[in-house]
Amino acid sequence: MAKINWFKYAAPATFYPLAGRLYPWFYGLALVLGVIGLYIGFFVAPTDFQQGEAYRIIFIHVPAAWMSMFLYLVMAGYAGIGLVFNTRLSSMMARAIAPTGALFTFLALWTGSMWGRPMWGTYWVWDARLTSELILLFLYIGFMALQAAIDDPRRGDRAGGVLALVGAINVPIIYFSVKWWNTLHQGSSINLTKAPSMAAIMLWGMLVMALCFWMYSIAVILSRVQCVIAEREKRAAWLQELASEVS
Amino acid sequence: MSMFQALLRRDLLLVYRRRADAITVLVFFSIVVSLFPLGVGADPTLLRPIGAGVVWVAALLSSLLSLQRLFAADHADGTLEQILLSPQPLPLAVLAKVLAHWIATGIPLALVAPLLGMQFGLTGDALLVLTGGVLLGTPILSLVGAVGAALTLGLRGGNLLVALLILPLNIPVLILGAGAVDATQSGLGAEAHLSLLAALLIATLLGTPFAVAAALRISLD
Repeated sequence: MAKINWFKYAAPATFYPLAGRLYPWFYGLALVLGVIGLYIGFFVAPTDFQQGEAYRIIFIHVPAAWMSMFLYLVMAGYAGIGLVFNTRLSSMMARAIAPTGALFTFLALWTGSMWGRPMWGTYWVWDARLTSELILLFLYIGFMALQAAIDDPRRGDRAGGVLALVGAINVPIIYFSVKWWNTLHQGSSINLTKAPSMAAIMLWGMLVMALCFWMYSIAVILSRVQCVIAEREKRAAWLQELASEVS
Repeated sequence: MSMFQALLRRDLLLVYRRRADAITVLVFFSIVVSLFPLGVGADPTLLRPIGAGVVWVAALLSSLLSLQRLFAADHADGTLEQILLSPQPLPLAVLAKVLAHWIATGIPLALVAPLLGMQFGLTGDALLVLTGGVLLGTPILSLVGAVGAALTLGLRGGNLLVALLILPLNIPVLILGAGAVDATQSGLGAEAHLSLLAALLIATLLGTPFAVAAALRISLD
C-alpha cells in the first residue's frame, strides 16, 4: 500500500497547479447552483403573506450574511495555522480569503438595507445584527489594512494572524454586547432546535443559494491564492519553469 | 517580580519627567467632550441622555492618542530588544508597561470624567457609575490598545492603522460603560453592566499580554 503524503499540497509549488485545475470547476458549480437557486427564489417560492414580493431578497441576503461570518472564522483558522506551524500556504490562504469575506459582508449590509426600506420603512436601523455586521466589515478592513501596511510579507502574515485570532475571540463578545444593547431585527428564521418558520421551498432556495456562494467563494479564493503565490514566489525556479512552458 | 517593579517604576518615572505628554491627552479628552454641546446645541434635555456616551467615545479616542508612546520610544532606543532578550517572561514585562500606561492615562481620565459628566447634567449616582465604569474600562482599552501598538510598531502610518484595528475591538467597552450610566439614570441599576465590564477586564487581563508578547516578537523579528 502506497503511503499517502497528506502534506503534498501544503507546498505552494504543488498547490499552485492544483488550484489552477480546480477553480474553473467551482466556478461552473457556482453558476449552475446560482441559476437553480435564483429560479427557485424568483419563480417557484410563493409570495410571503406578510412581506409580499420584497422578501425575495432573502435568497441573497441570508447566504451572504452566513458566508461573511463563516469566512471570517475560516480566515482566522488559516491565519492561526500559519502562525503556529509557520506554513506559508496557510497565511496566503488567509490573505486570499479576506477580500471575499469583506465583499460578502458588504453585500449582506447592502441587501439588508434594501430589504429594510420596504419592511421597516428605513434603510438603516441601529439594530444588533446590522451593527455587528458593520463591525465585522471593519474587522475585515483592519486585517487587510494591516497586511497592506507591512512590506515584509512574512511579518505581514504573522501580524495579520495575531490580529485575526484576537478578532475571532472578540467577535462573539461584540455580538452579544451589541445584541444586548439593542434589538429590533426579526428573530432567526432558521433554528436548529425547532422547525423552520418558513415554507420548505424557501428554505431550499436559500440552501441552494448558500451552496452557490460557497462554490463561488472557493473558486475566487483559489484563483486569488494563485496570484498571491505567483507574486511571492516569482523568483522560485518552479514558477519560472511554469512560466517558460506557457510562453 | 523584581523586573515587573523595575519596569513599572522606570516607565512611571519617564512619564513623570515628560508630564506634558500625559496632560495633552487629558486636554484632548476635555476638548473633544466640550465640542459636543457646541455641535448639537446646549439644551439640557438633549445633553443629559448623550452625556455618558460622549464621555466614553472621547475616552476611547484619548486612549488611542497615547498608544503610540507605549512601545515606540523603547523600540527606537533599543530598550525593547533588551526586554525581549531578557530571560524574564515577556508577558509579565508587557503587563508592567501597560499598567504604567494605565496609571499615566487611564486614572487621570477617570478623575476628570465626573467633571465632564457634570457639564452634561449628570448627577449623583450617575456620576459615580460613570467614574467607576471609566476606572474599570480604561485598563481594557490600554490592554487591547497594546496589541494594536505592538502589531503596528515601526510601520508608516501606524497611528491611523492602530485606530482602525483597535476601535472595533473596543466597542463592547463603550456599550457596557455608557450602558451602565443609562441604566442608572433609568433606575435599573448598573450592577449588570459593571459586572460584565469587570468580567471583560479579567478576560483581557489574562489573554492580551500573551497576544502583545507574540506581536512584539513578530514586529522585532
